[in-house]
Amino acid sequence: MMKWSKRILVSGVLAFSANAYAMPPTPEMLTFGCLGCHGGAGSAGPSMPTLANQSKEAIVDAMKKFKSGERPATVMGRVAKAYTDEEFALMGDFFSKQKFHVTSQTLKKADIKKGAELAKKNCSRCHMENGKEGKDEAPVMASQWLPYLQIQMELYSTEKRKMPEKMADKVKKLSKEELDAILTFYANVK
Amino acid sequence: MTLDRRNFIKLLGGASTVAMAGVASVASAAVAAGSASEVMPKGKQRRVVVIGGGYGGTIAAKYVRMLDSTIEVVMIERNKQYVSCPFSNYYIGGLMKDLSPLTISYDKLAKNHGIKMVYADVTAIDPAAKTVTMGDGKTISYDRLIVSPGVDFRTEEIEGYNDQTSLLMPHAWKAGEQTILLRKQLEAMADGGNVIISMPLVPYRCPPGPYERASLIANYLKTNKPKSKVMLLDANADVVAKKPLFTKAWNTYYKDNMVYIPGKKVTKVDAATKTVTVEGIEDFKGDVVNFIPPQRAGRIAVAAGLVGPDKNWCPVDTVSFESKIHKDIHVIGDSAAAGAMPKSGYSANTEAKVCATNLVALMNGKETVDLSTLNVCYSAISDHESISVAFVYKVIDGKIAAVPNSGGISPVDFSTTQHEHIYAESWLKNILTEMST
Ligand SMILES: Cc1cc2nc3c(=O)[nH]c(=O)nc-3n(C[C@H](O)[C@H](O)[C@H](O)COP(=O)(O)OP(=O)(O)OC[C@H]3O[C@@H](n4cnc5c(N)ncnc54)[C@H](O)[C@@H]3O)c2cc1C
Ligand code: HEC
Ligand code: HEC
Repeated sequence: MMKWSKRILVSGVLAFSANAYAMPPTPEMLTFGCLGCHGGAGSAGPSMPTLANQSKEAIVDAMKKFKSGERPATVMGRVAKAYTDEEFALMGDFFSKQKFHVTSQTLKKADIKKGAELAKKNCSRCHMENGKEGKDEAPVMASQWLPYLQIQMELYSTEKRKMPEKMADKVKKLSKEELDAILTFYANVK
Repeated sequence: MTLDRRNFIKLLGGASTVAMAGVASVASAAVAAGSASEVMPKGKQRRVVVIGGGYGGTIAAKYVRMLDSTIEVVMIERNKQYVSCPFSNYYIGGLMKDLSPLTISYDKLAKNHGIKMVYADVTAIDPAAKTVTMGDGKTISYDRLIVSPGVDFRTEEIEGYNDQTSLLMPHAWKAGEQTILLRKQLEAMADGGNVIISMPLVPYRCPPGPYERASLIANYLKTNKPKSKVMLLDANADVVAKKPLFTKAWNTYYKDNMVYIPGKKVTKVDAATKTVTVEGIEDFKGDVVNFIPPQRAGRIAVAAGLVGPDKNWCPVDTVSFESKIHKDIHVIGDSAAAGAMPKSGYSANTEAKVCATNLVALMNGKETVDLSTLNVCYSAISDHESISVAFVYKVIDGKIAAVPNSGGISPVDFSTTQHEHIYAESWLKNILTEMST
């Protein structure tokens, strides 16, 4: 524990002893800094992705890919390089324990309906429970902000972000409009 | 022994409930009598007082309550509403129609977290008595104090600067009336008129801020007043933030509307003739002059003797942001000298969280945790493109420093500027939501 009693006088200024031991960063210390962008209990939108209730696997996988550069990013690549894999795991613990964050977005009704069927047929193997669960490192997409999902789909389609092979098989057969409808469906899941 | 309510009741031992009620009021009267000017006399509950409800103060108040709800938190702020400086350049450049996206109030934050709001101007801090004094002479006592008052201007270093100067030559470096005034002046200026921005030497609040402002004013002139120019007089020898990115934006988009001149430290102003003078000799006259004075820690931090030998910024411990000068007082945000961290809203936000975490640990006799903070600053370079700088910080050799081999600025090929512009707007929404809920 820190001791503040060991005060010493240096050049007329009260200087406190530097604390001898502080614990290495806890999950909270590591993730509080992320919340200004990602939101304290889910993102307030309209484009920063919500991490609240994201699976640990998805967080760790994303952070590792940001760090290695495999996944393209605007800012996360520069951020992820500062942390270790062990720290990614602690961050994953933190976010996966946060409550599911329901967003309210203005979405096209027709797309939601069309997207529901297409998602069931093409994506539900890995984006399960209407996107509330993800197989392995597949992220939770339910209630995610649509502009974020659209940017990610744009990165996939232009081959800047690499898709899992089996996801690519499905995605490549769908038109831009159909994909947009699927993403709209996921964004609408409460 | 100080006579507080519990002690008083204990002394009376087996008093009946009826008698107790009477005793309680006698006891609180006794406390109040101890210091006639004291409002909200402190009971047994430990109390943290926060000065300033801006980027640092709101988050510190909120996180102390979130981390330990047995601690009473009182936040003292002079204004009922807070207007964000981040994104105020959008308004100045005509990209935002009013200041409502930048404005927050404190009701929800106070209600959600049980923070006690006091709207007042703090005029003095007594580190020995552990009290703060407000404009009306009333005092509030604390166990620990968090100070996040932003910046003050060193106008005494500028010849000719007086109370009227900012009404004619707005600084717009604190958002609100000043922001609106600068925008009005730009709108009223005739096509062909010239705008001067004068910026101080580092360190000042928001290193990329003046460059973003120059870009967005140039963007406005380009479409609305094509015969006009904006001239940025930089006191520094070179661009001090995101240099390759700003330089590229200026050369690519604003060649005809913007001039950047480094090494021009303004030492004298004449608001009536809208003239600024560099190093006492070289005059620049504009139709609109945005004079940004050199800065120091917020006035209250200076008055309380929290500034270090440089007389400008507050030296703090790198664990809990406790002042190196006065015990039990923590300084965060622009006022703090936080090593390599720039004076930004995001810095203030993450410093506040570290401060709250370790302040609560200290108050509870628990182990403190090593600092981990982050700063990301977005700057718009046009109406649809933004750039950023990002760094993660930890303590290295006793100083807050950027984690090696990480962080940096956006790619210079501008491949991400459009996506960053979209994310930047969401940054504002998220951080203001965190501060106000
Ligand atoms: C044009 C511009 C653009 C910027 N853009 C960005 C950006 O994009 N991103 C970013 O991260 N940062 C940006 N900043 C910087 C950011 O505004 C500051 O770094 C941030 O506000 C600092 O937070 P703070 O808590 O220290 O002070 P502030 O946010 O200024 O809060 C201080 C509060 O304390 C109150 N106060 C002060 N003294 C007293 C007193 N004695 N009694 C009672 N109340 C008092 C004030 O009223 C105020 O509400 C920008 C700044 C400017 C000027
Ligand atoms: C400046 C704002 C900002 C900060 C701070 C920030 N992020 Fe991000 N984050 C983003 C953006 C923007 C994206 C989208 C990817 C990109 O373009 O960088 C993102 C994406 C992510 C993703 C991928 C989400 C998904 O659904 O695949 C994860 C995981 C993540 N961030 C974790 C973190 C963690 C952990 C931190 C703190 C250490 C953090 N972020 C700090 C802005 C931020
Ligand atoms: C075989 C399993 C699988 C299938 C099928 C699948 N996905 Fe994915 N999806 C993943 C995985 C794994 C990831 C994360 C991996 C990565 O990109 O790094 C992912 C990521 C995504 C993302 C990015 C989300 C984020 O938060 O960044 C989107 C959008 C997405 N998928 C859409 C779809 C759509 C639309 C379909 C159906 C057409 C689909 N996926 C089918 C496995 C799958």
